[in-house]
Amino acid sequence: MAGAIAAKAPFAVAKARPVARESVLGRRILIGITVAFLTIFVLIPLINVFQQAFSKGLDGYISVFFPLQPDADATLTFSQKRRLAEAATQASRTWDSIWLTISVAAVVIPLNIIFGLAAGWATTKFRFRGRTLLTALIDLPFSVSPVVAGLVFVLLLGRNGIFGDWATHLVWPDPFSLHWVGFGESFWPLTFTETHTGVIFTPLAIVIATIFVTFPFVARSLAPLMESQGSDEELAALTLGASGWRTFFKITLPNVKWALLYGVILTMARSFGEFGAVSVVSGHVDVNDTMPLRIEKLWNEYNNQAAFAVSSVLALLAVVTLIAKTVIEWKSANEAQR
Amino acid sequence: MADSSRVLPGFTISLGYTIFYLSAIVLIPLAALALKTTQISPAEFWRIITDPIVMASYKLTFTASFFAAAVNAVFGLIVAWTLVRYDFPGRRFLDALIDFPFALPTAVAGLTYASLYLKDGWIGGLGPHVVAAVNRVSGWFGRDELLPPDALDWLTFPFTGQTSGIVMVLIFVSLPFVVRTVQPVLQEWDPEFETAARSLGADRFTIFRRVILPEIFPAWSSGFATAFARNIGEYGSVIFIAANIPGKSQIAPLQIVVKLDDFQYAAASAIGMVLLVISLLLLLAINSIQNFARRHEPAA
Repeated sequence: MAGAIAAKAPFAVAKARPVARESVLGRRILIGITVAFLTIFVLIPLINVFQQAFSKGLDGYISVFFPLQPDADATLTFSQKRRLAEAATQASRTWDSIWLTISVAAVVIPLNIIFGLAAGWATTKFRFRGRTLLTALIDLPFSVSPVVAGLVFVLLLGRNGIFGDWATHLVWPDPFSLHWVGFGESFWPLTFTETHTGVIFTPLAIVIATIFVTFPFVARSLAPLMESQGSDEELAALTLGASGWRTFFKITLPNVKWALLYGVILTMARSFGEFGAVSVVSGHVDVNDTMPLRIEKLWNEYNNQAAFAVSSVLALLAVVTLIAKTVIEWKSANEAQR
Repeated sequence: MADSSRVLPGFTISLGYTIFYLSAIVLIPLAALALKTTQISPAEFWRIITDPIVMASYKLTFTASFFAAAVNAVFGLIVAWTLVRYDFPGRRFLDALIDFPFALPTAVAGLTYASLYLKDGWIGGLGPHVVAAVNRVSGWFGRDELLPPDALDWLTFPFTGQTSGIVMVLIFVSLPFVVRTVQPVLQEWDPEFETAARSLGADRFTIFRRVILPEIFPAWSSGFATAFARNIGEYGSVIFIAANIPGKSQIAPLQIVVKLDDFQYAAASAIGMVLLVISLLLLLAINSIQNFARRHEPAA
């Protein structure tokens, strides 16, 4: 399947399988080409991110996130004060973008988990007409350009879109404004104190666009594993009298926990880094900047070092993602051997 | 694996939820795109997608994507071969590196490639950087300015033009696709066929050409097609590295964004429709290659 590599490769234990009697020179040349290719295209750009981020030293790096405060009794010239204020604004915008990225991911990941589990259950435990079509449709976002993904949502929910009138007047509560208001006023002690209007050019559109781009990851990570595990254990549980939900939570979920974790990690990495789709639906307003958009803004303002500083956070996350993937591979191989 | 349809519970709810989610997120929005495209007359549609600037962007997108996917096909095969068959120090590290383009945000990729390629970046301006490094090292030994600052000005990476930059970053973005598609096939490959061929007197190249290549060809070509499709849609990394001059260095997805910013929704949909149709055709090609391979697999 297009892009099946992400689901298949991790659970094959990578071991070298040397075939005897290949010329030493040929082998050395191929290894040399491999090392050179990967160094030039992957390793050097990665190191460059961190090198550029620290190009103004450790202080420069930290001041992107925590602007340096002057001494309490220092007298500052007007331009120094203005520069400090600018630095503070930039830093606060950077933190806002970090917060927005994390909250979008926090909303998208649970939704995708539920979808992945439902889709995995439906497509692997049952046979029905259209099953192959459904699996192919789940893979669709991989072949669609992210810009087209953003475009379709603007066409659907934008001001002149098909559901435009409904969407631009939609009032939705800010999920992070949940507050305790006590039992005095209304029945429920918790309410949302803040609301937003509209869909496109608000964080809701960013969430929807990110869901479009990332929802296949969990499903495609789970489906091959659930397919190969079959339904024997679930059927056995049924004969022993377990209900459907109990079977699901006690049998199916523990069997796929590593694949599920892997899918979640991929979703997280992708939702943090999604650029094209989010750029189209966000309207480039400062409050709607996720981290990649913030990086673009800093880059366009010729603030290269700050752009690289924020990029280094994402690059570090990518490295952590790869380490987690290796750990998961190792753990699931261990379990498979038992 | 018994056919347990309707014995296991949860069919309706899981299938229903799956179809609901899929429709809401994918099918209805894509239908909106098709709907918008039908709102303009065919003549207008043709005029939009054959506009010279748009055509230039198609040409750039497809040639750059094809070239990058081709480079990845060649080197990806070499990399997959080396990683599967040879053991050397650092093999696992290199194997982990391959997944890096999956995990790294495209904006960061574009950024780092752009800075490497600028006149004073490490690759774009390799000569001056080497001179500076040599001078610094010689400064530690007391011999400052061993080389004059413009000694190695001629030593710059030859590919620093616009299109080359785009091709380089597209190589990065689609790097894992060929490698990761070919690797499992090479991994599962039984060496007994090779040994048999060798015992019949075939030399290395014949073995590769007639025994191994046909086996990996489906995976290799579907990896190439996937890389190609990915490159066509790539947006975030390319706009950092390209100057985005209309008619010269704009890629097709950027055209869509430009039209959207102008509120020309119909034009944006037309261009987007073309890209979508091409991606779907590529997806179809990939699937048929894989179906062909599956049907012609030797009965194991």
